[in-house]
Amino acid sequence: MNIINLTRDHDEDFVHRVEEESGQKVSLCYQCGNCTAGCPYTFAYDIPVSQIMRLVQMGQKKTVLSSKSIWLCATCESCTTRCPNNIDVACIMDVLRHMARREGLAAVPQVKTFWDSFLDSVRAHGRVFEMGLLINYVTKTGRFWTDMDLGPKILPKGKLALKPHDIQGKEHVARIFERFDRESNS
Amino acid sequence: MSEAIAYYPGCSGLGTSKEYDTSTRAVCAALGLSLVDIPDWSCCGSTPAHTKDHTLSAALSARNLQLVSDMGLKAAATPCPSCLTNLRTANHRIEGDAFKAKVNKLLDDPYGGDVNAISVLQALVETVGLDTIASAVRTPLKGLKVACYYGCIMNRPPELMAFDDCENPMAMDNILTALGATVVPFPLKVECCGASYGIPRPDVVAKLSGKLLEAAAGLDADMIAVACPLCQMNLDLRQGQINRAMGTSYRTPVPYFTQLMGVALNIPDAEIGFGQLNVDPRPVLSKALSGAD
Repeated sequence: MNIINLTRDHDEDFVHRVEEESGQKVSLCYQCGNCTAGCPYTFAYDIPVSQIMRLVQMGQKKTVLSSKSIWLCATCESCTTRCPNNIDVACIMDVLRHMARREGLAAVPQVKTFWDSFLDSVRAHGRVFEMGLLINYVTKTGRFWTDMDLGPKILPKGKLALKPHDIQGKEHVARIFERFDRESNS
Repeated sequence: MSEAIAYYPGCSGLGTSKEYDTSTRAVCAALGLSLVDIPDWSCCGSTPAHTKDHTLSAALSARNLQLVSDMGLKAAATPCPSCLTNLRTANHRIEGDAFKAKVNKLLDDPYGGDVNAISVLQALVETVGLDTIASAVRTPLKGLKVACYYGCIMNRPPELMAFDDCENPMAMDNILTALGATVVPFPLKVECCGASYGIPRPDVVAKLSGKLLEAAAGLDADMIAVACPLCQMNLDLRQGQINRAMGTSYRTPVPYFTQLMGVALNIPDAEIGFGQLNVDPRPVLSKALSGAD
């Protein structure tokens, strides 16, 4: 059982930041549990989504941003759709990931690596190059067995290009990323 | 013929969901829905972009919406729900001036916000219409029992997606019924399949997609019709992984709804692309259709 010291660890600035970045009012959550009841990922989470909401209300920045749950949310929108107080819960989960990234936290590192590999591919080619994405992910994580069994199923179909097809305006797309990096660091 | 709509296939349409792209193009052409390719479109950023930053995500989508605006068109249709969500979310968020300014700061060509994004499914139901679809049927799908699976974000959240019912969508059910198929009431229509966790967390996909295969089999459905490339990949290509993890032995075909439309409309096999799927639907399909006579 985890013991949380609500007084010592309370970070009011964290609550404000979550509200500002998500545009949601977290105090509206009255802990009905509807989000957790409908969340398909609760079985894989370390903290159910309704408890994430409560911990955000209580300003428990470290516990929330170190949780695995925020990296396992698929943004399936079940919570947002069913919240009786119209809180965009999935947007809050998204914002928590953004904040965790900025703090250098990723409790499920291979998920972050997969998403980063995807964005690297878009940045390089303008579109995602599926084979390159997989190779990039496998190289970065050392998980060489990833989807080896699917190769014989999909390669004969000729669907997976072995070379990237860059778009003509790939520099436009690369510049979106470059400007974003500059804005984030300024 | 209706007014032209810009067509955004999405990255997977050039790769793992080629058959969704070819069947969509063929079916829309046969029904008089004019889809115009967007020159040099780029990736919408999909899930990875919005999990990193909302401004970056909106900029990647907005580049494409601006290309549509440059074509002089007001609407874009995409077969992919993940692209759709990103395009619609970008539009929604840039209604705020401060957000719009931040997005346009990242772009070479600023986006004005004047292009609507809809799904191909919505265009087929609303622009073409069920009556036109029904009257175009050449080979009725009589005898085929189908579970229609929409995936989690085609209709959710309802304020953003603004199409069909968020808990019990019927657009695909109605199309399949118009084609002559028997549609089973599928209770997991909008439950998540495990999304993009197939690579980093295959155990999660095995559990969630396994539930969908189990529910469809429990309803005695011959196949599961889908509208999302990621759902299709999880349920079909990963079906062997799911069977191994869950101790099951399903061989359930998971065609795109546009492929089944192709059969009913007598579209050539090459454009339907059943051979591109992992579990080939053709044996089950011929058995079901021949049993009806």
